[in-house]
Amino acid sequence: MTQKIDKIPELPKGSFERITLDAHQAERITKPSVSFWQDAWYRIRKNKGALFSLILFGLIVIMAFLGPIISPYEPNAQTITHANLPPKIPVIENLGILDGVGTLGGQEVDLYEMKNVEVNYWFGTDGLGRDMFSRVWKGTQVSLFIAFVAAAIDMLIGVIYGGISGYFGGRVDDFMQRIVEILTGIPNLVVVILFILIMDPGILAIIIALTITGWTGMSRVVRGQVLKYKSQEFVLAARTLGASDSRIIWKHLMPNVLGVIIINTMFTIPSAIFFEAFLSFIGLGLQAPDASLGTLINDGYALIQFSPHILAFPAILLSLIMIAFNLIGDGLRDALDPKMKD
Amino acid sequence: MAKYIGKRLIYMVITLALIATFTFFLMKVLPGSPVASADKLSPEQRAVVEARYGLNDPLPVQYFNYMFGLVQGDLGISINQFKGAEVTDVILSRMGPSAQIGFQGMVLGTVLGILLGMIAALRQNTWVDYTSTFVAIVGISIPSFVFASLLQYWFGLKWDLFPVALWKDGFMSSVLPSVALAMFPLATAARFIRTEMIEVLGSDYITLAKAKGASGSEIAFKHAFRNALIPLVTVLGPMAVSILTGSLVVEQIFAIPGIGEQFVKSIIVSDFSIIMGTTIFFSVFLILIILLVDILYGVIDPRIRLSGGKS
Repeated sequence: MTQKIDKIPELPKGSFERITLDAHQAERITKPSVSFWQDAWYRIRKNKGALFSLILFGLIVIMAFLGPIISPYEPNAQTITHANLPPKIPVIENLGILDGVGTLGGQEVDLYEMKNVEVNYWFGTDGLGRDMFSRVWKGTQVSLFIAFVAAAIDMLIGVIYGGISGYFGGRVDDFMQRIVEILTGIPNLVVVILFILIMDPGILAIIIALTITGWTGMSRVVRGQVLKYKSQEFVLAARTLGASDSRIIWKHLMPNVLGVIIINTMFTIPSAIFFEAFLSFIGLGLQAPDASLGTLINDGYALIQFSPHILAFPAILLSLIMIAFNLIGDGLRDALDPKMKD
Repeated sequence: MAKYIGKRLIYMVITLALIATFTFFLMKVLPGSPVASADKLSPEQRAVVEARYGLNDPLPVQYFNYMFGLVQGDLGISINQFKGAEVTDVILSRMGPSAQIGFQGMVLGTVLGILLGMIAALRQNTWVDYTSTFVAIVGISIPSFVFASLLQYWFGLKWDLFPVALWKDGFMSSVLPSVALAMFPLATAARFIRTEMIEVLGSDYITLAKAKGASGSEIAFKHAFRNALIPLVTVLGPMAVSILTGSLVVEQIFAIPGIGEQFVKSIIVSDFSIIMGTTIFFSVFLILIILLVDILYGVIDPRIRLSGGKS
C-alpha cells in the first residue's frame, strides 16, 4: 500500500487547451433521442442468444409453410411399400450420415436399395410410408398455429379483464379478483384434461382447453401494471385535461403496459406448444390423419426401437422451438425491462 | 398470519368444491357409458348394473351422495376397470411408485440444480457459467416425455444400463423415470439460484465480509448461499406441478404402475369415477403444496409480511 510515487514528469505545454463553457450549449442534445422500442431493439440485438433464436425461429416458421410445398409428397399420402425408410439426403449421404442405411435383423443395410426405392426421403418415412419431411413441417404449422391462437386469446381476455379490474378498482376489482383467485387455484393440468374430455378432439378443443383458465396469468400482470400507473401524475394530468376513460386506457396506460404484455405472451406460447404436445402424447390431442408435433412424437415413440428417426425429427424440432422461444422471451424481458436502462 | 392461513384455507375449500362439482357434472354429460360393455348386456342386466351403482338416481341425489362421500374421503367406486373397488383404495395402492419417482426426481433435480446454479454464479461469465445456463435453458425447454424417451432409448435400450421399463427391479427401475422428472426442477433451480447468488454476491454485507477477510468459500457458503436459498422456496410450487404433469407421461413411457399411468388409462376407457377421484386427488395435492409454500416462505423470510404488514 505504501508504494513510492515517482516524481510526476513535467507535462508538455500545449497538450491542454482552455475551453469556455457556453451556457447556451448546456441544453443541447448531443445524442439522437431513442424511443423505447429503438432502445429495446438495440438491447435485444446485443443479446446474441435471443437474436440467434429469433433468426432460428424465423427459419422454422418459413420452413413450416415451405416444407410441405417443396416436398414432392403429400403429408398424408401413404405408400405402404416405402414404409419405415430411414432418412436419405442426396449430398449429405456421402458423409456416411443420413444415407438411408438402417438396421434390419441386426444388420446394417441400405434399406433404399433393398426395397428398390429410387426416390429420396429427406427425413425418412413412417410406418405407413408417409413422407416425414412434409409431415414434420405440416405438424410444426399446426403446433405453431395452436400456440399462437391460444396465446392471442389469452392475451386478449387477460388484458381486458386485468385492465378493467385494475383501472376501475374498488368493488369491481374485489369481485373480479376473487374469481381469478379461485380459477388460479385449479391446477392447469386438471382443467385442460377435463375440457378436452367433453369436447370433440381437434384443434378447436385444444385451443379452448388451453385458454379456458390460461388468461389468468396475463390478467394478473396487466392488473398490477395498471394499478401501478393509474395513480401516477401523468394520468391525473390527462384526466384534469378532460380525457375520457377509454382515451386514458388506450393512449396513456396501454403503451406502458405493453412491455409486460409482450413478455408474458412470449412465455405463454412455449407453454401452449408444450401442452398441445403433452395432450397429443397421452392420446387426447389431434386425431389421425391430422398431425401436430405432439402426435408425430407419439407415433414415433411407438417405433422408437426400430425406426428412431420417426421420433427424432419432430422431437428435435419441438425442442428447438421451445428453446428458441424461451431465449427470445428471456431476451425480451431484459430488453423491455425499464429498470435495466443504462 | 393465522388470519391469512384461514383465508387461504377458505379459498382452498371453495376451489375444491368447485372442481368436484365441475368434474361431477362433466362426467355426467360425457359421451360413453361407464358400464363397460354396455352393448352386450340385455336391457334388464344393464338396469341392474346401473341401479347398483346408483346411476338411476336423480342427478341432485347422485351429486349430494358424491359430495357427502367426498367429505369423508370416499371417492366412490370404480365401475369398469376394477369391478367395484374403492377409488380411494385404487389411488392409494398406486401412490407408492408415483411418490417414489416424484420425490427422487424432485430431490435429485433440486440438489443438482442448486449446485449448478452456485457454480455458475461463482464463475460468472466463464465457460462454466455458459454451460450451466445452456443446460438450464435446455432443461426448461425440452418436454419431459421427449427427454424420457431419449433416456429410455440410450440408457435402457442401447447401452442396457437400466431396465427399459416396468417396475420390477426396485430402485434400478426408478432411476430413469426419476432422472426424466428431475430435468425441470434442475433447470429451474439452477436459473433461480444463479440469479439470486449474483444479486447477493453484489450486496453490501458480502463486501463487508470480504473486507473483514472472510475466505472465498466462507463467503460463498456461509453468506451468499444461505440467502440465495430462501427464495428458492417460491419455485417449489411450479416444480411440483411439473413433476405431476410429467408423471402422467413418464409413467406411461416407463410402464410404471403409478397414479399418472392409471389416470391416462382411465381416460381412455372412460372410467368416470377414477377420473373424478384422481382429478380431485391431484387438485388437493397441488393446492396444498402451493399453500404450504406460501406459508413456509412467510415463516422463513421475516422480511415477507403477508397481507399488508401485520402478521
